[in-house]
Amino acid sequence: MILRKVGNFLLPLVGIGLAGLAWWTASLYVTDLPSPARTWEDSKIYLLEPWAKRGEMDQGMARLAYYSLIRVAQGFFLGILIGTPLGFLLGVSSIAHRMFDPVIQVLRPISPLAWLPLGMVLFQKSEPAALFAIAVCSMWPTVLNTVTGVRAIPQDYWNVARVLRLSKFTTFTKVMLPATLPYMFTGFRLSLGIAWLVIVASEMLTGTPGVGGFLWQEYNSLIYSHILLAILTIGVVGFLLDRMMGLAEARLRAL
Amino acid sequence: MPLIEAIGISKSFPSPAGTRHVLEDVSIAVERGEFVSIVGFMGCGKSTLLNLLSGVTAPDKGCVRLDGKPVEGVGKQTSIVFQNYSLLPWFTALENVRLAVNAAQPSASRAQQKAQAERYLKLVGLGNALHRRPGQLSGGMRQRVAIARAFATDPEVLFLDEPFGALDALTRASLQQELMQLCSAAGRPVTTVMITNNLDEALLLSDRIIPMTRGPRATLGAPVSVQLGTPRRPDQLAHDDAAIKVRSHVVQCLTDHLQAVAV
Repeated sequence: MILRKVGNFLLPLVGIGLAGLAWWTASLYVTDLPSPARTWEDSKIYLLEPWAKRGEMDQGMARLAYYSLIRVAQGFFLGILIGTPLGFLLGVSSIAHRMFDPVIQVLRPISPLAWLPLGMVLFQKSEPAALFAIAVCSMWPTVLNTVTGVRAIPQDYWNVARVLRLSKFTTFTKVMLPATLPYMFTGFRLSLGIAWLVIVASEMLTGTPGVGGFLWQEYNSLIYSHILLAILTIGVVGFLLDRMMGLAEARLRAL
Repeated sequence: MPLIEAIGISKSFPSPAGTRHVLEDVSIAVERGEFVSIVGFMGCGKSTLLNLLSGVTAPDKGCVRLDGKPVEGVGKQTSIVFQNYSLLPWFTALENVRLAVNAAQPSASRAQQKAQAERYLKLVGLGNALHRRPGQLSGGMRQRVAIARAFATDPEVLFLDEPFGALDALTRASLQQELMQLCSAAGRPVTTVMITNNLDEALLLSDRIIPMTRGPRATLGAPVSVQLGTPRRPDQLAHDDAAIKVRSHVVQCLTDHLQAVAV
């Protein structure tokens, strides 16, 4: 029992240590790749003064991550605001589903890098273009999971609605919505993951301040330690986001 | 004029193996205040028949009338109890019942609706489980909630689809008693159609028993009146001559048909 607990704590540390070792080994052979110690040395100011603002891109990591998160939140909410009703529509109407399913299947695999230029054409500005790319890339898991959720509503629940002669509105709020909520949340979680993937790409292309924008600028300035810093930050923040959504989802399912 | 009347109704469903004709040319009439049981084997199309009578689904052919008017959808005065309870798991027992009261009496205040829901839950012995969700209730308690929900809207017509089928024998017996009490305590005569595969249950509760032959193309056999006094007790029924007669008639009707099919 105790051994197991110690293992739960130690094994991840061992894993991280081994990954660090691999990084360090690689840095011995690739001259441009900074070692872990060198990376820390070069970039500790960004972590030790996380909220500092020294210039447009030269800011503490927490501040840059905050910019990115705000943008992600806006794009993500826009995406689920469109995606959820769309999912309900396609879930209840087989006509709508047959009509739009091919469109969705074609739009879904398009990369954010492809949407972004279209966003620039549509909105003429980088900020709304980035939001557009995030929303349009991240909404599909929400749409598809909501469709699945609506279709998975047991006949029993539809019978309840019919037998109690619930109004359309009541059927939606008291039967369909609660029955679909766990599926929707799975969709939200996947959507948020994608939104976070998209943000980096869109910041790199548009050069807006944020973790992705920072990464691209440091690449252009040949400061490779900072690239690694940005990559690690992206990973950690993405992991935390997923964990948070996971907790919310688990909480919801326990209801 | 019968309160519930079905004339020549048929229903079939598409299936991978071709169209399945579940019911063909079925007619039935139920008088006001009567308790009629339809008894048949599992899978003979009893639930399909009940869904047609109650207006949950529409027949392919024939028509169903309630109080002389063609049935379109589930009627205002109609309640249904399903075998699998059909409670909404995200609501408490009280909220499940109140949802029904709310749909039936939208003008009543929330407090009034709650009070009514509470009254019926107490009638079925769930006064101390009002705020529990279906997941925290046993099968018998869930079916009690479903029965309370059915009665809480003060129905004129009650359809019971194997209401006690999923319960153990003891729970089944006590719920049968409660159902009898609820029916007799209701403000007006409740007309009831019950589907069951349990002949003893049918004998205990019904005024009339109608055997149903095995599908596909299931039809109804000749109805038998159960001329026994009320209230009935399960232990009486084992020895009562009239009860034995009814039982043998129904069993014969069902098995005759089985043999006819086998030959």
